[in-house]
Amino acid sequence: MSKHHVSTTINGEPVEFLCETQQTLLDALRDELQLTGSKEGCSSGDCGACSVIVDGRLVCSCLMLAVEAEGRRIETIEGLAQGERLHPVQKHFLEAAALQCGFCTPGLLVAAKALLDRNPSPTETEARYWLAGNLCRCTGYDKVIRAVMDAAAEIRGE
Amino acid sequence: MATMGTQGQFKVVGTRPVRPDGVEKVTGRAAFGADLSLPGMLVGKVKRSPHAHARIVSIDVEKARALPGVKAVVTAADFPEIASEEAFVGEGPMNFRDLSCNCMARGKVLYEGHAVAAVAATSSAIADAALDLIEVVYEPLPHVIDVEAAMAPGAPLLHDDLITQGVDPAPRTPSNVAKRVHFSLGDVEAGFRAAQVVLERRYTTKPVHQAYIEPHACVASAGADGQCQIWCSSQGQFMVRAYCAKLLGLPISSIRVTPAEIGGGFGGKTLVYLEPLALALSKQSGRPVKMVMTREEVFRATGPTSGAVVEVKIGATRNGKITGAQAVLKYQAGAFPGSPVQPGCMAAFAMYDLDNVSVTGYDVVCNRPKVAAYRAPGAPIASFAVESCLDELARTLGLDPIALREKNAAKDGTRAVYGPIWKDIGYVETLQAAKKHAHYAAPLGPNQGRGVASGFWFNIGGESTAEVHINEDGTAVVVSGNPDIGGSRASMAMMAAEVLGIPVERVRPIVGDTSSIGYSFLTGGSRVTFATGMAVVQAAQEVVGELKRRAALILDVSPEAIEWRDGAAVPSDADPGRFAPLPLAAIALKAGRTGGPISAKASINAQGAGPGFATHLCDVEVDPETGQVKILRYTAIQDVGRAIHPSYVEGQIQGGVAQGIGWALNEEYIYDANGRLENPGFLDYRVPVASDLPMIEAVMVEVPNPRHPFGVRGVGEVPIVPPMAAVANAIHAATGVRLADLPMSPPRVLAAITRATT
Repeated sequence: MSKHHVSTTINGEPVEFLCETQQTLLDALRDELQLTGSKEGCSSGDCGACSVIVDGRLVCSCLMLAVEAEGRRIETIEGLAQGERLHPVQKHFLEAAALQCGFCTPGLLVAAKALLDRNPSPTETEARYWLAGNLCRCTGYDKVIRAVMDAAAEIRGE
Repeated sequence: MATMGTQGQFKVVGTRPVRPDGVEKVTGRAAFGADLSLPGMLVGKVKRSPHAHARIVSIDVEKARALPGVKAVVTAADFPEIASEEAFVGEGPMNFRDLSCNCMARGKVLYEGHAVAAVAATSSAIADAALDLIEVVYEPLPHVIDVEAAMAPGAPLLHDDLITQGVDPAPRTPSNVAKRVHFSLGDVEAGFRAAQVVLERRYTTKPVHQAYIEPHACVASAGADGQCQIWCSSQGQFMVRAYCAKLLGLPISSIRVTPAEIGGGFGGKTLVYLEPLALALSKQSGRPVKMVMTREEVFRATGPTSGAVVEVKIGATRNGKITGAQAVLKYQAGAFPGSPVQPGCMAAFAMYDLDNVSVTGYDVVCNRPKVAAYRAPGAPIASFAVESCLDELARTLGLDPIALREKNAAKDGTRAVYGPIWKDIGYVETLQAAKKHAHYAAPLGPNQGRGVASGFWFNIGGESTAEVHINEDGTAVVVSGNPDIGGSRASMAMMAAEVLGIPVERVRPIVGDTSSIGYSFLTGGSRVTFATGMAVVQAAQEVVGELKRRAALILDVSPEAIEWRDGAAVPSDADPGRFAPLPLAAIALKAGRTGGPISAKASINAQGAGPGFATHLCDVEVDPETGQVKILRYTAIQDVGRAIHPSYVEGQIQGGVAQGIGWALNEEYIYDANGRLENPGFLDYRVPVASDLPMIEAVMVEVPNPRHPFGVRGVGEVPIVPPMAAVANAIHAATGVRLADLPMSPPRVLAAITRATT
């Protein structure tokens, strides 16, 4: 079985990789590109640990085939910080202690960024519904939501 | 050991610094169990039983072995047959033989999902193909899923040699009841005769999974010299080492286990599933083998905690003094003995000061996955029953539910049913804080109700090792042997920084592998900040002693003339102004000339873990048309001893509450008539999501534990104990309907409302 050649953009960099037909984007990120920040929690799109942004849209990378990445623009957790400068959601997750084990954290951060990219003034309810696709079993979401609201305020310059 | 200082005297303890492993975890760099890859690594996968109960007639692996790319195939025949032997390695009861048979079925499969073979291949696709080529012939047997059916005469037997323990005389025939436990105080029948009101109720709970988001994962590598390495996500690298050594018949010294970051455990990663298989596959293939479970495998083959039936009988006087209390707890153990029924029995009435108590528990095997510890194992089930019954008692007597609990609350001097006499406990303080909290007096609207419930957990200490090393520039390294499951690196660094008198940012905490740090019991039982923290404090105190001796040499004064304050040697009060403060960095710089590196180690068996108590307030709104329950407001009040990092203590409380709410409202295992699990995924096994929950207010009451240098008591487990009853009691307050069966999902709530109104 021959592999597919895929040209795509990941975190602003042009990237090429080879993948098998059945491999998901998550498989390609983790196994072919060693971008292991995206996590596999369920492989069925229910937990959000593998969240990435594809052409501005939040998706579960376990539900997208790797070959579908051709020509797309993909953002992963590894691209969220600019060098040593953390994105406001990362900074506020740390300050608010919004992570315990940290496994769901990359997915939550990518999802939160996707929210704030389109809506820098979410209500608490909007934030809760937007993040409803990202399971966290440790925190009870309290500090996660507070961190997202704090990050939104910083992005708005408040 | 005296408790150091009081609130406000600490510089680091009680503050909220950013955790030292935080940046790695928000940038995706932290390496969890599935994130490691090694050159030449193979992919390992498990063939699992499609039957709930069957005899294995034959397993033919030859076709799988012949498939190009397949490098190893193992079955039970590749593992030593192990004699029955109690293991004291993980959390809760475990038998090495049972664990071996759970990792790889021998003779019979006992639940759907039970491992029967494993393969290692050069790719995931080849491994999958190889699994399909393994031919297993089964002779299906009748199965039994539910606890009372498993206890009934004539039930299908899982183990032909299982004789009930704890019954005198011992039964002569096997059954599915592995053990009976019993605790009593006083004369419960006399207690009921003295009562003016007696309630007798029956409650049921379903098995629920720990549902950590990270599936089990490991990499194992066995060398031709017999030296083995394992990298894995677990709650204890020493636990993994001990189990793998036993299950493979290897000396412990030949196995080195390096803990990966762990993506949640909640007790479910206190035993092994994959590691022995990966090691066996690596030995056979001579290559490293990585194994990662799918979510479906996690549900079918790991965890959960027991489902149960609990019968409670409570008698009280008109004014609310409990005169007698009795409970019978029947817990599913899954395929092998070892449900948490004993701690359930011990915890059931532990919050109350009772003269007459009787608690009996049954540990019952059935054709489900073997249960694993889950946060306060056994206690949430017992407390759902007892705290629901107490709520009904309060209503029957016309008493406020907090007042009823205050009237009967355990306090210093109370004897618990299982023996100990309480000392320095903070249960009453949580009740008082609950009563005074604004939440308790807040108005409620239509279809809304408020519930109160309390909870208890033992907390444990145990064996821990910690080392503190002073670096050349006066910074420090703290090494401990416990995986950091929720921020313990931060609390270890903070306690060391407090003792050393330096900023926490100058302490780097790491978690050592089994060959680089002394033995440490696993991360569980709410023990790490208490016990491992105690080891860190003792090692740091020894370092301070050494720093004072070195300072004395440098300053040419006697060590008694020196005190350690704010990270520097300063003149003692008896001799102020004798010399200028000599900071740690200056002492560290000269370590080579004053005796060599400055380090200390503490290897301890920490005693005196203070028990934890909590009282929760929950407001719900019940939709009378759909039966849906919305949690409107939740306040969790807990005696935390002393919070080292308050944010992570709050986080433990909030997370435990969320899990309890899931247990209360949604989570359950659903089996078909063939004993096959029908909801092995997060779509149909519904854990709480962000939109299901309100903010969860964590109120920390601090009654310091005098047996810990900073007053720490465990905080991680007790928060999951009260929620199920708190929610049930709130639903009753909102609807007038008592739900005694979990989960209180919309169809059940609607049916109960409909029954009550027609």
